[in-house]
Order: sequence, then structure tokens, then C-alpha cells
Amino acid sequence: MPEAMKADLRVDVAGLRMKNPVIAASGTFGFGREYADYFDLSLLGGVSVKGLTLEPRRGNRPPRIAETPGGILNSVGLQNPGVHKFIEREIPFLRQYDVAILANASGSTLEDYVSMVEILSDADIDCIELNLSCPNVKQGGMTFGSSCPGITSVVSECRKKCRKPLMVKLTPNVTDITEIAKAAEAAGADSLSLINTLLGMAIDIETRRPILGNTMGGLSGPAVKPIAVRMVWQVANAVSIPVVGMGGISSGSDAVEFMLAGAAAVMIGTAGFVDPLVWPKSVGEIAGYMEKKGFADVQALSGAIRLW
Amino acid sequence: MHRERIVRMERLSDDIFRMVLQSGRLTESAKPGQFLNIRCGHSLQAYLRRPISICDVHAGDGTVDIVFQIRGPGTELLGEMKPGEEADVMGPLGNPFKPVNPGGSAIVVGGGIGTFPLLYLLRTMPEVKRTALLGFRTAGAVVMAKEFSSVADCMEIATDDGSLGHHGFVTELLEKRLRTERPDCVYVCGPMPMMRIVTEQCIGMGIPVQVSMEQRMGCGVGACLVCACKKRDGDDFSYTHVCREGPVFDGRDIVFD
Ligand SMILES: Cc1cc2nc3c(=O)[nH]c(=O)nc-3n(C[C@H](O)[C@H](O)[C@H](O)COP(=O)(O)OP(=O)(O)OC[C@H]3O[C@@H](n4cnc5c(N)ncnc54)[C@H](O)[C@@H]3O)c2cc1C
Ligand SMILES: Cc1cc2nc3c(=O)[nH]c(=O)nc-3n(C[C@H](O)[C@H](O)[C@H](O)COP(=O)(O)O)c2cc1C
Ligand code: FES
Repeated sequence: MPEAMKADLRVDVAGLRMKNPVIAASGTFGFGREYADYFDLSLLGGVSVKGLTLEPRRGNRPPRIAETPGGILNSVGLQNPGVHKFIEREIPFLRQYDVAILANASGSTLEDYVSMVEILSDADIDCIELNLSCPNVKQGGMTFGSSCPGITSVVSECRKKCRKPLMVKLTPNVTDITEIAKAAEAAGADSLSLINTLLGMAIDIETRRPILGNTMGGLSGPAVKPIAVRMVWQVANAVSIPVVGMGGISSGSDAVEFMLAGAAAVMIGTAGFVDPLVWPKSVGEIAGYMEKKGFADVQALSGAIRLW
Repeated sequence: MHRERIVRMERLSDDIFRMVLQSGRLTESAKPGQFLNIRCGHSLQAYLRRPISICDVHAGDGTVDIVFQIRGPGTELLGEMKPGEEADVMGPLGNPFKPVNPGGSAIVVGGGIGTFPLLYLLRTMPEVKRTALLGFRTAGAVVMAKEFSSVADCMEIATDDGSLGHHGFVTELLEKRLRTERPDCVYVCGPMPMMRIVTEQCIGMGIPVQVSMEQRMGCGVGACLVCACKKRDGDDFSYTHVCREGPVFDGRDIVFD
């Protein structure tokens, strides 16, 4: 293919502009430091950092991980150094790279969320990803994100203070994700990301104890992919704001599948534990698919599913 | 991610294997106490990599040994790998043991699979007076006694059922030694209760103790925060991470519970 026809991978997710649609998923990539030893972070479109809270959090008791067929359950519980240390220490590190910074923000109360948005609006980041979907904390997170009134109140209050593109991350642990998605859109979200982990559980039959110290945890990895593709497809059809898809993506082909279902960009998490190069490799594989199929602009892939 | 050629697979007991990797890269970089995060094939039944310690390094022929016990699907797949195949490894990862200065003395205390990383540690301290105290369930589970006796000045074995060596726990062997000796450092790796007892014994006597912790891992590099381990933090505790901050810690820093 001649140079002029090289696939154009740039995307604009409601003001979040990235050179390609591949983002490292929150909680699986720390603040980027660890994987900077493995590949050049500038190869990625974006990095969504570990879920941040106002104050540092020490997280849940171990064990925090259990492996299940094709997936993992985690119950980290938002361990993080707090938003101020993130701004002070981690943004300057990430800014050495040509990669968009998504600040994944959580809180226990409505006021926490609003404060987080105010603080992060003044920080040198490219997007705020409101995490209304963490299954591993007692208060906040998923409790807001699993009801329409909950999501409406948090998103509309945050919207008032937000001076960055506002992405809202949805939980799959609801009866009808399209209702939640529509509520987030109506409350002022610029874009949506989904899915967070599916609430799950595993028991060690020898000891009769739950494997996770927190009993329940969130399922991610290849095992959740069909559910995630389905939800991305349903949500993309229900709203008119861009959707970022994730859940079990392990290759460029998987990423393409999410884009065909309607995603404007994708995030990759768990698969990176097995092969850290899946993050940068997926970018090239998406380009390869586009060239093979004659797509010049990656944005044309979004929703290009051919329905029966 | 590096592909390292397997040159030998040896069965050391019913369920313990030694995998020998040909790797100039690892022989040059691996330090005692560090581990490799190994992919156990492509099955979704053992999706994550498994952490396995560096057991020994042979600079002469450029090989590295890892020794593992079959515990579940991941180690089972590892045990089926054949010489000639390549293992997909990340590492060496984690912080190594800190050696005792030449002329000093050290005691290593290992239990079961926790004995494996201590072999290379002993090999790297040739000018130190080295004692190895090793605990196993039963005589049939004892592996690498010959290797340990060749790198230690003194070796004692304890078995739970008394079928070999001291009848009882390896911690009893340490207690006896500490009545007459004062090593510059005690190194311990094994089941949690054993590590707790050894750490308490050493702290009580003011003897430095280094512990190698185990925890279930995700990424192995410090990015996912699942491998949490309780660490003293003033009067309180915080969670540190075994893969990046450990696996070797100063025993005084760890909260055992
Ligand atoms: C730093 C480090 C170094 C290690 N070095 C060695 C070694 O040199 N040789 C060796 O045989 N084993 C070692 N292990 C333990 C080894 O990683 C586990 O036995 C292995 O992951 C089990 O995988 P599996 O699929 O066979 O079994 P699984 O079905 O995953 O687990 C079987 C059993 O092992 C326990 N287990 C699983 N993962 C871990 C883990 N990461 N840490 C502790 N227990 C676990 C489970 O509780 C379960 O009871 C090490 C672990 C760590 C953290
Ligand atoms: C160990 C771990 C920690 C996570 N932490 C967060 C978090 O802090 N905030 C968040 O929004 N999502 C978090 N997630 C969810 C992921 O960002 C992602 O939504 C989910 O894992 C599905 O994608 P995957 O299958 O590619 O991992 C975490 C996932 C894992 C596995
Ligand atoms: S295993 Fe991911 S931080 Fe240790």
C-alpha cells in the first residue's frame, strides 16, 4: 500500500484526541512506570491511570487475585497514593511520553467526586474518566453507577465543575446497561467507557474459604469478552456520544471487534499481564486489518458491523 | 518477554521438576532471590504467568535452573515442557537477597518449595560460613540435598514425620543453633507460619533476617497491585507489593498475620 494510503489511526473521542485508539485500562497499568521498561509508552494512544481518590487508600486484604478459566477475579480495592501525589509525581513522568493521560477518578460520596473533578480540571491531563463502577469498595463506585438516579446526580454535579473531556465508566453489573448509559449521557457525559469488571467469586474447596480476601471480586480477561462486546454494541446504539470499549481484549483483532460493535477507541487491561507487548502490538494489528480491508480512517471502523 | 531454550528437564521427586534454561542473558543478570514470571503454554486454564524463583546459575555453561513443584494447572503444564522447546519468561524480576560480607556467617532456613531460591544464594557467598537448615514433609520430598551440601559448610535436614534427619520442624533446628551461634544474617523462605517463627526468633535476638515472601500475582512487575503483603508503617500497617518491593524483605518490615 502506498505511503499516502497508510491507515490513519487518529481518533477524537469527544475532545480526547489520540494518535491511535489503544488505551491501557485503569488499574492494570499502574502509572505507566513499570511497563515503560518493556516498550515505548508513546506507541499508545492513551494511558488510563490507576483509580484515584482524594486521600490515599491502602486497599483490601489479600489475596487480591484468583484465576478462573480465561480470566481473573481481582479485589484490589482502589489502593492508590491519592490524587495530589498523582499530580505531583506521576503526571510529570507520563508527560515525557507522547500519550494521552486519562485520570480515572473515584470517590465514596458525591462531594468526593465533585472535588476530584475540580482538582483534576486544573491538572495537566487529557481526560477525566469517572469510575462509577468499581465493585471492590463498600461505598461509592458501583453503588452510584448501578442506578439511574445515582449516576444522574454524580455526573450532573461533576459536569458543572469539569473543564476536561468527561468520560464516564460504566459497570456491567446492572439489569439494563443502556438505561444507565442514557442517564449518563443526559447528565452531561462527553463519552462513556465500558465495561468495568463483572462481580464474581471463587471458593477453594480444600479450605472452604473464598479465594479472595474480600470474598467477591471483579472478573476480567478473555472470559468476559462476549459480554463486553454485546454491551458495547447495545450502548453504542442507545446513545449518541462516543463509547470506549474494553473487556478481554487480547489482540488487534479483538480490538477491531469492539470497534465494529461501535467503540470509538478501546482499552486493554488483563491481557497485558500475560504479554505486555499486547498493548503496542494491537495498534499495528488494527492498522494491518484496515489495510487488508481497505479502511483508510480508523474512525470509519466504529459501528461498521454488517448486521444480518 | 524473552524466549529461553530449555536444555534439560529432570524429575527430582514425584512432583518436583528441574528445568534448565540455556541463557547467557539470565546467567549474567539473575541474582539470588529474584524470580521469573513464566508463561505455562497457551491454555486459558492457566492464563496468567507463574512466578518461579531462580534456583541456581551456572555461569560456566551459561545455564540457569528453576525448580518447581506441581501444584495446579500452571505448574502441570510447565512440567510437560520438553528439552528443545522455548520458555516464555519475564525477568529476572524483584529484589534479590543482600549478601553477608566475606568473612561473615549466614544461616539459610528453607521449607519445602521455599528451599529452592536459597541454593543460589549460598553459592554466591563462597567466603561466608554458610549453614543450611532445610525442612520437608517427609524423606521422599527431600530434593537437592547433594547440591545444598556442596555449597554449605554445614547442612541439617528436618522432616515432619521424622523419616530423615531431625524429627520435627526446621525452626527447632534454628532455635538450637542460635543458642550457640550468632550469624550475621538469617535468610528464610517457606510457609508463612515458618517464616513468622524464624523472623520472631531473629528479631528477639537482634539478628538481621531477610524473608522471601509469596503471594498470588497478576502482572509480576508492580502495575496491578494484587500481590499485597502487610508492611509495618509507623504504629499501623500498609500494603506493599511482593513482586516489585519484594519478594525479599527485611524481616522487621513485615507484619505476619
Ligand atoms: C516470588 C515467588 C517465587 C516462587 N518460586 C517458586 C519456586 O521456585 N518453585 C515453586 O515450585 N513454586 C514457586 N512459587 C509458587 C508458584 O508460583 C505457585 O506454586 C504456582 O503459581 C502455582 O500455580 P499452579 O497453576 O500450578 O497452581 P494453582 O492452581 O494456581 O495453585 C495451586 C496452589 O498454589 C497456591 N498458589 C498459587 N499461586 C501462588 C503464588 N503466586 N504464591 C503462592 N502460592 C500460590 C494456591 O493457593 C493453591 O493452593 C513462587 C511464588 C512466588 C510468589
Ligand atoms: C487488577 C485490576 C485493577 C483494576 N482497577 C481499576 C480501577 O482502579 N479503576 C477502573 O476504572 N477500573 C479498574 N479495573 C478494570 C479495568 O480497567 C477494565 O475495565 C477491566 O479489567 C476489563 O478489561 P480487561 O478484560 O481488558 O482487563 C481493574 C482491573 C483489574 C484487572
Ligand atoms: S503482581 Fe502486579 S503488582 Fe505485583
